[in-house]
Amino acid sequence: MNKQALPLFEVFIRSKRGLDHRHVGSLHAEDPEQALDYARDVYLRRSEGVSIWVVRSANITASQESDVGSFYDPMDDKPYRHATHYKLPKEVDNM
Amino acid sequence: MTDKPRGIDPRMAGFNEKVANDQRIEPKDWMPDAFRKTVLRQMSQHAHSEVIGMQPEGTWITRAPSLHRKVVLLAKVQDEGGHGLYLYSAAETLGTSREEMENALHEGRAKYASIFNYPALSWADAVAIGWLVDGAAIVNQVSLQRTSYGPYSRAMIRICKEESFHQRQGYEATMVLARGSKEQRAMAQDALNRWWWPSLMMFGPHDSESAHSGQSMEWKLKRESNDVLRQRFIDQTVPQAEFIGLTIPDPDLKWNEECGHYDFGEIDWDEFKQVISGNGPCNKQRLAHHIRAAEDGRWVRDAMHAHAQKQNKREVA
Ligand SMILES: [Fe+2]
Ligand SMILES: [Fe+2]
Repeated sequence: MNKQALPLFEVFIRSKRGLDHRHVGSLHAEDPEQALDYARDVYLRRSEGVSIWVVRSANITASQESDVGSFYDPMDDKPYRHATHYKLPKEVDNM
Repeated sequence: MTDKPRGIDPRMAGFNEKVANDQRIEPKDWMPDAFRKTVLRQMSQHAHSEVIGMQPEGTWITRAPSLHRKVVLLAKVQDEGGHGLYLYSAAETLGTSREEMENALHEGRAKYASIFNYPALSWADAVAIGWLVDGAAIVNQVSLQRTSYGPYSRAMIRICKEESFHQRQGYEATMVLARGSKEQRAMAQDALNRWWWPSLMMFGPHDSESAHSGQSMEWKLKRESNDVLRQRFIDQTVPQAEFIGLTIPDPDLKWNEECGHYDFGEIDWDEFKQVISGNGPCNKQRLAHHIRAAEDGRWVRDAMHAHAQKQNKREVA
């Protein structure tokens, strides 16, 4: 008997045409096709979406909050990147 | 079988129904070839425009009049590079490659917005671009947020979030010039004189003359017509110019009480055709610069590739 755990897959659902796929959770499956079947059974029982992506969790490269602080730096020292930084008189402020 | 059902391909019927119901077409959906070709042409043209559009303002980054204006311009031009990326990757969902799109640009098979073939001659030009060119682009892009191809629509939504700052920094800097010395005011007016008409041309030919418009509107790739969008831009920009005491260079420009819009003079379509077919003031320079930048950066990509291969070998070993 094969005691090895089935590989883990991450599941992404597009809830409606036109929207991005969003991560909803993960599951174990033998292969991508089976993962797709399982995802449908687990995450799409109430017409939660119109399209599913599955991707092997092992194929995801993720950043770590601790070692790449600059990824999450809100860049508060660069307020000029925001539209609100430019003060305009109210007559022309709606741009 | 003899009595095979005739008429419309059921896949085509499904496609038409999605479009009719305002649903987005997604990459894995069946779509007619002509639709695929059109949306690809439009997205690649849009992507090229973002990237080539970095050049006229880019020349002013080192010469901006203050550190503040420099970092603002740098951030703005950086955003445009990002917009190019969003659009190239949206186009790649249709099965084309970045390389193929770039080759098409370099070989003159793909176009970009003709306005970027004009030079930014003064600092006032660099900021007039933000006010007028980004202003016109925003009108177009807001409308395209509802385009029928899903990845294109999502790229537009992302881009529109970043555009407002572009226009505001340009207008605010133009306002500073317009309220400055006599010379500064003259610079701002001169920039408006030269960028006004090319900005109106950005919306493309009149609806009656536009070759692709009808079909694109039917497919809802385009949601509003060239003339409707152009009029919207004019209506919102004229008061902005008036507010800072600048004059729109159009003697026929007049508020039309009856229809609630500005009437305006005829656009010089000969100039438009000249510039779009390669004879504008900077066409050759823009392409040459793009090609040179790609070549100058090649050694970095080669080095990264060599490094990745070495790492792979090590992992396998
Ligand atoms: Fe942009
Ligand atoms: Fe922009």
